[in-house]
This record gives sequence, structure tokens and C-alpha cells, in this order.
Amino acid sequence: MTLLDVRSAARSATTGGTAGPAALAALATVGTLCFVDVTAIRLVHAAPRSGGWHWALLAIATAGALATLLLIRPVVTAVRRGQQARKAVELGDAVAARAYRSRSRNAAWVTIGSCAATLIATFFVVFLLANDHAVQRTFFAPEMISISWWEVTKAFEKNLFIAGVAEVIVLAWGLVVALARLAPGRAGRPIAMIATAYVDAFRAVPAIIVIYLVGFGLPLAGVPVLSSMSPTWAAIFALVLTYGAYVAEVYRAGIESIHPSQMAAARSLGLSYPATMRHVIVPQAVRRVIPPLLNDFIGLQKDTSLVTVIGTVDAFTQAKTYSSNYFNLSSVTVVAALFVLITIPQTRFVDRLLARDQRRLQAR
Amino acid sequence: MSFLEIKGLRKSYGELEVLRGIDLAVEQHQVICLIGASGCGKSTLLRCVNALEPIDEGQIRLDGDVVSGEGTDVDRLRRDVGIVFQSFNLFPHMSVLDNVTLAPRRIHRLSREQAQAQALELLERVGLSGKAAAYPDQLSGGQQQRVAIVRALAMNPRVLLLDEITSALDPELVAEVLGIVRDLAAAGQTMLLATHEMSFAREVADTVCFLHEGVILEQGPPEQILGAPTEPRTQAFLRRIIEAGRL
Ligand SMILES: Nc1ncnc2c1ncn2[C@@H]1O[C@H](COP(=O)(O)OP(=O)(O)O)[C@@H](O)[C@H]1O
Ligand SMILES: [Mg+2]
Repeated sequence: MTLLDVRSAARSATTGGTAGPAALAALATVGTLCFVDVTAIRLVHAAPRSGGWHWALLAIATAGALATLLLIRPVVTAVRRGQQARKAVELGDAVAARAYRSRSRNAAWVTIGSCAATLIATFFVVFLLANDHAVQRTFFAPEMISISWWEVTKAFEKNLFIAGVAEVIVLAWGLVVALARLAPGRAGRPIAMIATAYVDAFRAVPAIIVIYLVGFGLPLAGVPVLSSMSPTWAAIFALVLTYGAYVAEVYRAGIESIHPSQMAAARSLGLSYPATMRHVIVPQAVRRVIPPLLNDFIGLQKDTSLVTVIGTVDAFTQAKTYSSNYFNLSSVTVVAALFVLITIPQTRFVDRLLARDQRRLQAR
Repeated sequence: MSFLEIKGLRKSYGELEVLRGIDLAVEQHQVICLIGASGCGKSTLLRCVNALEPIDEGQIRLDGDVVSGEGTDVDRLRRDVGIVFQSFNLFPHMSVLDNVTLAPRRIHRLSREQAQAQALELLERVGLSGKAAAYPDQLSGGQQQRVAIVRALAMNPRVLLLDEITSALDPELVAEVLGIVRDLAAAGQTMLLATHEMSFAREVADTVCFLHEGVILEQGPPEQILGAPTEPRTQAFLRRIIEAGRL
């Protein structure tokens, strides 16, 4: 053995063996396989009694059973590399032994991770099957879905309308409030104070209460113009009040994150404070806050379902009518699915933007 | 009366008195170099002249007008007094051309075409007309600093302040920036600059001022200040510079 090999061997001795993870991986695989396959068999039995879901359940059972086969490869790799590592040790090749051991450990952890994910998914299926698959019938009854989905989806248009209009207004209103909070000088202080009071108040009060107060309170108070708002516009107004406060804070953080040297550079050219804000600071700040802004917008979209408390007929209101008539929540599941459907692309988009910013920062 | 005149200027940050009575006169078409150890107040002095920092005491006059104190129209003053920073401070969301034309268009109300024609001419002079459409992060430090100089020049400032404009540059990029300052000096641009480049100061300066703990200890022609300083602290400072291989 060369000196180098001795050193590597000495070092590898401290990095631990492979028997532990590989054995754990094997155990996890066996357990997962049993659990998944038992569940798959139960699914196959339950399928004929689930009406419209018959084929879907069979497909899920098959897919689950097949998915477990994917666990075989990494677990076999883990065990085999472990054996190779032991053989290499016998041959005195410490470097190769270390490499095999590392591969064995990696494969073992891949197996254990996949088992964990598979188990969680299977538990969900078991939950649906509980109590003679009552859970599935309560939340995913096919006949209820087919009765309600069209009306619910049509009513979802109301949610989209409220969200869209509110978002456009919030975009401008939030910026106005943020600039007011940052108003410079002695003259700016009263404005900054009133803007801060607004932000503090509307970030504290739950959106559902603002909607309730605006939707019922303004007509009661008989305020001119405001009291004649339709429930839809009252909802928009309330959401703008609430989310305007959140978005103002997002903008403010963005503006404050622009280095003061940018302000100095612009002012030193003779640009006034408003011109500097408009051409130099705000454009840079807006680029930075797009991801958190979109996050707030996703929150706003979800909160459109709160308008049901003032009688605006949105998707949730519509779904509740079905659910109370038929004592079944599947129509509400449809609403949930609609929100998932519109939100996922947006969250992915935000992730992409964040990843891009991250890359840029690293490139600097 | 001199073109730019600073009298008894004092400036504190809280307890710390950074400038302790500065008297300085700059004639038209002159180049004044401020030298001195880091932290002696060079940047603060330049920022005061540009009104980026309010002054506590004293007076600044430009072409006879008092341009310091309450009620000064700082935006008006800054049209006449341009400044270039050590860290370039270009606007990263704008192209080179937009960086240069922003102020002339907003303040001098030039049309886009006029402003762009002027900007391209200036960029040509610093060898960057090919980079007009580029964004700052696509340029080298030296190129960015040249754009920053052009951005200041586009407002036709009567005085140009340069604050250690080569200190943030890699050594091989220093020459291209100093070359432009040299051309500006030859063209008669009035300049007040803080620098650590002593041989450059010797070459372009009409007057060199040695700043120490907020006062100008010694000033005079470069041969005298850099060659045969009388103040022991100036001598000590120059010795350190020579030891660092910067002279
Ligand atoms: N905004 C500030 N607030 C507090 N202290 C400052 C500020 N700017 C500069 N100083 C202090 O003033 C002194 C002079 O700084 P500066 O003018 O930047 O020196 P120089 O440019 O000669 O290196 C330093 O001690 C520095 O720490
Ligand atoms: Mg400095």
C-alpha cells in the first residue's frame, strides 16, 4: 500500500460504514412494498362500489403497485455497492472501497427518501378508504361533482373578476401608500404618519372583518356613492383596503433596498426627489418586489372566497348551496380544485423568478 | 473673486467633526487635486460642494452666488456642479444611452433626439459609442466609470467633482479613465478631484491640497506639495504613499 492509500483508508475509516443505511433501506423497501400492495388490493375491492371512480381507483391501485417497483433499483444498488466495498477492502484498495461505500450510502438514502414519499401518498389513499370509503364519498362523490361543477365554475368567474380588478387597483394604491410612508422632510411627516396608521390598521384587521364591515356597514351608514356599491364592488373595495396595506409594505421594503448611492447619483445630476423616485428608485424597486407581490396576490385571490359573508355569489357561495342541499361536500372540493388550478402556475412562475434572481446575484 | 469659493466650511456627523474650517478657491479652467489619508474628509468635502450633504458652518460661492445655506435651490446648483463617484453608481435598469440622456431630457428638456445625439457624441469621445445600447452590468469597471463621467458631462457642468474615480478599478483599467480626465483638463474643464494617483495629480493639477483631519494643511503647485512639502505630516503621508509604490 502506498502512503496515499494508507491515508485515504485512515480517513475513510472515519466516514462510517454502509451496512447501516443499506439495511435500513432494505427494511424500508420491504415495509413500503407490503403497505402499498395491501392498500392497492383494498382499492381494487372498493373500486366497484365507488360508482364513477371505478376506473380511477383501479388506475391508482395499478400505478401505486407499479411505483413500488421503482424502489427496487436503488435498494439493489445500495446492497451491491456495499458488497463491492467490502470486497475492495479485502483487496486492500482503500480508495475504491471508499467510492463504493459512498455510492452505496447515496443509493440507500435515495431509497429511504422515495419510501417516505410513497408512504405519505399511500396514507392519503388509506384515509380516503376509511370507514367503508366514506371520506371518498363525502369529498369526492362523482355524482355530486357532475351535478355542481358547471355552476360552481361559472360562479368562479366572480372570484376571478374580483381578484383581477382588486389586483390592478392594489398595484397602484399600494405604491401610493408606500411613497406616502416614505415622504421626505418635515412636510412629509404628517403624510407619512397617516399612511403608517392606515397600514398598521389594515394589516391588523382580518380580511373577513373588513369585508363584513364594508359590505354591510357602508349601506347601513348611507354614505353617498359608497353605500350604493354592489356587493361585488364592496368586496373589491374591502380587499383593496386590506391588500393595499400589505402591498404598500412590500413596495416600501423594495424601495428601501435600493442603495442610497442611487439616490445620490440621481440627485447629483439635478433631478428632483419626485423625478428621482419615478425614474430611478421605483423602477428598480418594482423589479425586486415582483415575487413577493405575486405571493400577496395569491393570498388576495384566495381571500375572494370570503365575500360569501356579504352575500356576493361566488364559487364558494354556489358550492355551499349544493353542499347543504345534498349533505355532501364534493361541490366545495370543486372550488378547492379551482383555486389549486389557478394558483399552481403562479407559484411556479414566482419560483422561476426567484431562481433567476438568485442566479443573477451569484453571477455578480 | 474666484469662480468656486469655499470659506470656513465646517461639517459634523453627530459628535464627529469631519471638516473643521475649509478654505479653498478654484479658478475657472483650473484643476485642483485633494490628497490625504483615507478618512480625512475628501469625499465629505466634495459632497458638501454638491449639496449632497448640508453644511454646518461657512459658505460656498459659485460664480459670485452663495450656493449654501437655507433656501438654496440645490437642484439648480447641481446642474452646474457635477460629481462622479468612486463606485460609478450607474442606473442598472437603464441602458448606457438612457443613463446619459435621463438628466438632460428631464432637466434641460431636450428632445429624445437632441439628447441622444449629444450623448452619442460624448460617448464617442470616450470611445464607447458602440456600447450605447448595453446595460451597466455588461460593462467593465473602466467602461462603467467612463459612462459615469459622460453622464455628468451631459449636463454641461461648470465644475466637475471627481471622488477617487479610479479607486474601485482593477489596475489595468485605471489608465483609460485617467486619460479622459486628462483630455477634460486639456479642454479647460474646471475640476476638483480627490485622488490617490499622485503621478496623475502631479501631471494635471494646477494646485494640490493636502487634507488632514478636516483641514487643508498645505496647498500649492504640485511640484512643491508633492516634491518638497514643508509640513511634516504631508511628508509622512507621501512617504507612506511611496512605500506603497503609488508614486
Ligand atoms: N454619512 C456619514 N455618517 C457618519 N460618518 C461619516 C459619514 N460619511 C463619512 N463619515 C466619516 O467622516 C470621515 C471622513 O470621511 P470621508 O469624507 O469619506 O473621507 P475620505 O473620502 O477622505 O476617505 C470618516 O471618519 C468617516 O467615517
Ligand atoms: Mg472617500
